[in-house]
Amino acid sequence: MNESTSQLIYTLQLADNALILGHRISEWCGHGPVLEQDIALTNTALDHLGQARSFYQHAAEQFNLMPVEVKKQQFVSPALQQKIDKGESLDEDDLAYLRDGWDFRNVLLVEQPNKDWAYTVVRSFFADVFNFYFYKELQKSKDAALAAIAEKSLKEVTYHLRWSSEWMIRLGDGTEESHERMQTALNERWAYSGELFEMSAADKAMAEAGIGVDVATIKPLWDAHVDGILQEATLEKPANKWMQSGGKDGRHSEHLGYILAELQFMQRAYPNMEW
Amino acid sequence: MTVHSFQQHFDEKIDNDVAIEPRDWMPDDYRKTLIRQISQHAHSEIVGMLPEGNWITRAPSLRRKAVLLAKVQDEGGHGLYLYSAAETLGITRDEMYDQLHTGKAKYSSIFNYPTLTWADMGAIGWLVDGAAIMNQVPLCRTSYGPYARAMVRVCKEESFHQRQGYEIMMALANGTDVQKKLAQDALNRWWWPSIMMFGPPDDNSPNTAQSMRWRIKRFTNDELRQKFIDVTVEQAKLIGLTVPDPDLKWNEERGHYDYGAIDWTEFWDVVKGNGPCNKERLETRKKAWEEGAWVRDAALAYSKKRKARKENKKDNLAA
Amino acid sequence: MNQFINKNLYGDYGDKEQAGGAEGSNHNAAAEWPLWEVFIRSKAGLDHKHVGSLHAADAEMAIENARDVYTRRLEGISIWVVESKYIHASDPATADSMYEPANDKVYRHPTFYNLPDELTHM
Repeated sequence: MNESTSQLIYTLQLADNALILGHRISEWCGHGPVLEQDIALTNTALDHLGQARSFYQHAAEQFNLMPVEVKKQQFVSPALQQKIDKGESLDEDDLAYLRDGWDFRNVLLVEQPNKDWAYTVVRSFFADVFNFYFYKELQKSKDAALAAIAEKSLKEVTYHLRWSSEWMIRLGDGTEESHERMQTALNERWAYSGELFEMSAADKAMAEAGIGVDVATIKPLWDAHVDGILQEATLEKPANKWMQSGGKDGRHSEHLGYILAELQFMQRAYPNMEW
Repeated sequence: MTVHSFQQHFDEKIDNDVAIEPRDWMPDDYRKTLIRQISQHAHSEIVGMLPEGNWITRAPSLRRKAVLLAKVQDEGGHGLYLYSAAETLGITRDEMYDQLHTGKAKYSSIFNYPTLTWADMGAIGWLVDGAAIMNQVPLCRTSYGPYARAMVRVCKEESFHQRQGYEIMMALANGTDVQKKLAQDALNRWWWPSIMMFGPPDDNSPNTAQSMRWRIKRFTNDELRQKFIDVTVEQAKLIGLTVPDPDLKWNEERGHYDYGAIDWTEFWDVVKGNGPCNKERLETRKKAWEEGAWVRDAALAYSKKRKARKENKKDNLAA
Repeated sequence: MNQFINKNLYGDYGDKEQAGGAEGSNHNAAAEWPLWEVFIRSKAGLDHKHVGSLHAADAEMAIENARDVYTRRLEGISIWVVESKYIHASDPATADSMYEPANDKVYRHPTFYNLPDELTHM
């Protein structure tokens, strides 16, 4: 993998994480436990979607500059191959709507279903703590576009983190029922927290090039923050050390297929049209 | 002051277009009518999130997805403003929800129709929001202050809703044959329900006269419907779509379009709960509310706990 | 909804006793998040202005909810919230005695004074 390919994949990792998490959160719109929080959560979904679009646009720019032979090696999707054959350039929508699951690079955590408010809060909390420290670092990227997206996103993520941290505490230390639900969600989602800190080949190459972030450096910060909130929330840190992984390499849980079936339905059923 | 003079004072205000405010005296029927109308309006916004919400995860481009998400969220916001306005009349939001969930309160029947294709997002924005705006703009001057102020905010935000809907329709109408077909199909399905949104004809609308007298309503159902048809027919022409009404004809003398007979049996059927999605919409709302109970309870319990802890701390410091 | 009959005055927002809520309904008021009034400063240098209300379990959440509900279009840079039950309002029935007496004090306004046009900077 050369550097430009690594950079493309790296950008797509970030884009896919934002898109898929935003997709999951957007599923709450109209179904929240209280109107004010329905509205609040949709703001977050819009933030993630906005981040995803910035990353995809940046990825498309990188892709379009590649030589044709290199382009052809990037994605399996026949729809994209056709576009490449025709000499068309790709845009944000092509990348979001025409890649199949094995070309998606998001971590497994973000594709996990909403289930209930507790599971949703825990999933967001893990991601928000990570994103908070991650974007802080990414602001220093040698890729000016990534640095700029990170700077803008950090403001959004700071608020997300405040929101999810407060809900962790509120529900952990709320009623007996909420405590139990939170502990269960925490235990079940825990196994998806490890992948955040795995270094894919693209992660390694980009960290070395000063474009990406060495996520290993974020791990202790993440741990400390999570420990602090869990303590305040009277929740117990799960003991299991075994972690799920695969998303960053395109090996996903069954859930992603269903997400894509919905997400990509229109572009698949009515290809090559303007909407 | 006697009740009589209270009444006189109230009437004078209404006649002089002076807003009625929450603590002002008002006739009980005025209050009841407002609670009914505002809560119905709020419920419509909240239930109205569902048919469009269906398509958030399936929007055909990321730009359309962001717009739709923001739009459906706005509707939640509008519901919130309206519930708040109703709460100034002495009813709580939970009580209004209870009326919705038990079927005592109504909401706009239009939301009991299904959204079957992406083009429905265009048709809803263009027609349903278009009709809603016709209804809502005059309400910015309605006699009850909190309602009028909520409507000012709603109308300000709503202005992008109709435009984004029309833009979707325009993209389809300028698109491929199948896209044109999607657009026409959506117009065919949404046209009649949209013009029914203005409510029964004036000679069969029991509440209109009193509401007009109280300046809660400022135009009759038929006046608004006519206005809507006149502008919308032209908008359809502009993008080459056909309004599904063979009797539609410009009437030079009246300066308005004549339109075909509306199927009021269908309207009343849907109002009574027999529309394609009545059951589903209500069940979805109830489910969200019931499954959210533990979250709401926990938040309240936590806030009490924390308050108690703070006070304990203070006591300890004082001791 | 006959609970509204024979009330001449209604109390502060959220004050169930005076406002005559829904007696007899199966509604559990204790389970409902309190109502808050929201005030927003639209830009530096301006007063906070009442924009509406919302429900929240506590003050922090009320501020955040206000941010999410009332500043989605850059409407503000600062938020105040106050639980609605703590708002005290003047009684509209006393409006005559409260506000009318200010009506004839025209000399409080600068336009009351006739000064020559040549006079500037005053």
